[in-house]
Amino acid sequence: MGSYLTAFLVGGFICAVAQLLFDLTPLTPAHVLTLFVIIGGILSGLGLYEPLVKFAGAGATVPITSFGHQLVQGALREMETHGLIGVLAGIFDLSSAGITAAIIFGFFASLIFNPKG
Amino acid sequence: MTRGKSRAMQANKPAKLQQKEYQAIAQRKKMKPPVLRNVVVAWVVGGLICVLGQAINQFFISRGFSSEDAGSPTVAVLILISSILTGLGVYDVLGQFAGAGSAVPVTGFANSVVSAALEFKREGLVLGVGAKMFSLAGPVIVYGTITAFIVGVIRALLR
Repeated sequence: MGSYLTAFLVGGFICAVAQLLFDLTPLTPAHVLTLFVIIGGILSGLGLYEPLVKFAGAGATVPITSFGHQLVQGALREMETHGLIGVLAGIFDLSSAGITAAIIFGFFASLIFNPKG
Repeated sequence: MTRGKSRAMQANKPAKLQQKEYQAIAQRKKMKPPVLRNVVVAWVVGGLICVLGQAINQFFISRGFSSEDAGSPTVAVLILISSILTGLGVYDVLGQFAGAGSAVPVTGFANSVVSAALEFKREGLVLGVGAKMFSLAGPVIVYGTITAFIVGVIRALLR
């Protein structure tokens, strides 16, 4: 599941590509991040993202492209057992921890802290 | 009268020129961000956040999680760290320095959720924090879900 070196190289590379799009295209960061999730999902659907996870470990699972991968894999796994309805039921299966953690920690952080500036 | 007018026009001309020159310079400055510096910093910071993720992942594997099951607690810990750093105002400083290096990792996703929740806190817990929490992270979830749905349907039909 990847080494520290491959995590650094692949994870850094994905961020560097995003930075190029920030700097050299009129796309806003929100557009680029949305695009990356879609690309991650498409690569996952083509069976190309899982090998990247095997090679780069956290270098592939930490960038936002991994969110698209999790959504697609969640949908596909449920689809295997329950067919078309499984797509609806399974989409958030694997990404649940990320979304839930963001809501819970985000909520409590907003209670504890005050906006800066 | 005519002389006065022409003098005013002459005085006006250089001012307009200056304005044009200024706009041209401003445009040039805006069009040329320090791309190489930005890309290197994004690579290094983004790469290091992934290395941190790899270390947390290894920790959970050493605690008996399978390599697949370790993914969820790893993401949760990264989001916790990012939420605290965002609350302290540290992550936004990192963001200004690192650009995509801090925006692309899942910590950037958490940062966008927490900073939106904090920013709209004064509008109340329901209409501020509750309603606006995903104002920045929302597109990622919406289009990720749409992508997964389309990919899922295509694969279901091809089965």
